[in-house]
Amino acid sequence: MSALVKSSLARKWVMALSGLFLVIFLTQHFVINITSVISPDTFNEWSHFMGYNPLVQFVAQPILIAGLIVHFAMGIILDFQNRKARPIKYANYAGGTNASWVSRNMIITGLVVLAFLGLHMYDFWVHEMTVKYIDVQPEDPTRYFHELQAKFVSPIRVGIYVVSFILLAMHLWHGFNSSFQSMGAKAINKGDGLRKFTYAWAVLIPAGFIFIALFHHFTHTH
Amino acid sequence: MKLTLKIWRQANANAKGKMVTYPLDGIDGDMSFLEMMDILNEELITKGEEPVEFDHDCREGICGSCNMMINGKPHGPQKLTTTCQLHMRKFNDGDTITIEPWRAAAFPVIKDLIVDRTAFDRIQQAGGYVSVNTSGNTQDANSIPIEKAKADEAFHSATCIGCGACVAACKNASAMLFTSAKVSQYSLLPQGEVEATTRVQNMVRQMDLEGFGNCTNTGACMIECPKGIKLENITRMNREYLKAETIG
Ligand code: SF4
Ligand code: FES
Repeated sequence: MSALVKSSLARKWVMALSGLFLVIFLTQHFVINITSVISPDTFNEWSHFMGYNPLVQFVAQPILIAGLIVHFAMGIILDFQNRKARPIKYANYAGGTNASWVSRNMIITGLVVLAFLGLHMYDFWVHEMTVKYIDVQPEDPTRYFHELQAKFVSPIRVGIYVVSFILLAMHLWHGFNSSFQSMGAKAINKGDGLRKFTYAWAVLIPAGFIFIALFHHFTHTH
Repeated sequence: MKLTLKIWRQANANAKGKMVTYPLDGIDGDMSFLEMMDILNEELITKGEEPVEFDHDCREGICGSCNMMINGKPHGPQKLTTTCQLHMRKFNDGDTITIEPWRAAAFPVIKDLIVDRTAFDRIQQAGGYVSVNTSGNTQDANSIPIEKAKADEAFHSATCIGCGACVAACKNASAMLFTSAKVSQYSLLPQGEVEATTRVQNMVRQMDLEGFGNCTNTGACMIECPKGIKLENITRMNREYLKAETIG
C-alpha cells in the first residue's frame, strides 16, 4: 500500500479522483446557478440553503477545499517532476504534431483557473464570511440574487469570467476523459460513449456558466 | 539532393554538447536515412574528422536501436517507421534537417546521438518474463488454448521493439507506453497471469526509480511509436497496478 502512495501511477489516481470530484462539484454549482436565470426565488432559496446548512458549511465545504488543494498541489508537483525528467530540451521539438495543445498545457490552463478561483473566492466566499461571521448580519434569504447580478455589471469582470471559463473548458476537455484513462477504464479507449460524454460535458458546462454571466450582464436591474 | 544537417555532437557522457551544421550533397531519394548518415560519416572520416556516432543494428525495423530525433519527431516524419526504414524521398532538396538524441534524464547521452537505454533493460528485468521450470518437464506453451483475440492483443503488445521513441516524444519523458506494452504482453496470456501482480508492481517501481516522468495521457507516445503500440496498454497497466496494490 505504501508503494501505491509513492508511485507515479498512484499520483495519476490522485489527480483523476480529485479531478472527478471537482467535476461533480462543478455540476452541482451549475445546477444552482442556472436557477438564477429561471427563477430568482429558487436561486435565493437554494443559495441560502447552501450558505446556512451546517452539513454543507462544515462538512461539504472543507472536503471541497481539500479536494481543490490536493488537485492543484499534485498538479504542480507532477509538472515539476516532469520537467526534471527532461533536463536538456530539444533544439527542435514537434510536440504539437502528436498531442493536442490542451493536453500539453494543463499546467497553464490549470493555473489560470486557479487565479480565477482566487478572484472568485474573494468575490463570494470572503464576502459571505464577512456577512456571516464578521459583520454578523441577520439572515436575509433574499439577498443572493441581487448580489449575483451586481457582480456581473462590470464588463471587465464579465470578460475575466468568460476567458476563465473558456480556459476551464480546455482544461476539462483533456482532464475529464484523461481521468478515466488514468483509472484504467476500458471504455475510454473506444472513442465513443464515455469519451464523447466527457467532451460534451467539458464544453457545455463552462458554456452554461458563460451564458449565465452574460445573461445577468445584459439584463441586470441594478 | 542537397541538404543542411544540424546534428547534436557530444564527445562523451560528461562533455558539453552542441548542435553542429554540416552541408551534404549527392543524396538520393532511394537512400535510407542511415545510408545518408553513412555518407556524411565517410566524408567526415576522409576529412580527418570524428564521424557522428549513432546506434543501429538490424536496419530492418526490428531491433529498435536506430534512435534519432529528426526534425523534432522520433524516427522522423513517417508514421509507423523506424529511422532505418525511413527514406530520403521523404525530404526535399534544400531541406535543413535537425538530428538530436533522445532527451530524457533516464536516457543519458553516451556520445553524439547514442543514448544509454539500459533503463529499459532494468524495467524488463524487474518483471518482464514468465518463470518456467526448465528441469526437463517443461510444458509445451501451445498446450494451453488461448482465445484468438487475446493472443492477437498480446502479440501486438509484444511487437514493441524497446526503441524509446515513446519516451522521446512524450513531453514528460514518461516510459508508460513501453512498460505497459511489456506488462500487457504477458498479463493477457494465461502463462503470464501467475505472476501478474508482482510483475506490474515491480516493473512500475523500476520505471519510477529510473527517473522517467509521470504520464499525463497526452497520447504522443502512441502517435510516434514505430510499432503502433496502443494507449490501451497504459489503461490496462493503470488498472492492473491498482488491482495489484489493493486487492493483490
Ligand atoms: S512502445 Fe513503441 S515507441 Fe515505445 S519502446 Fe516500444 S516500440 Fe518504441
Ligand atoms: S536499426 Fe534496427 S530498428 Fe533500425
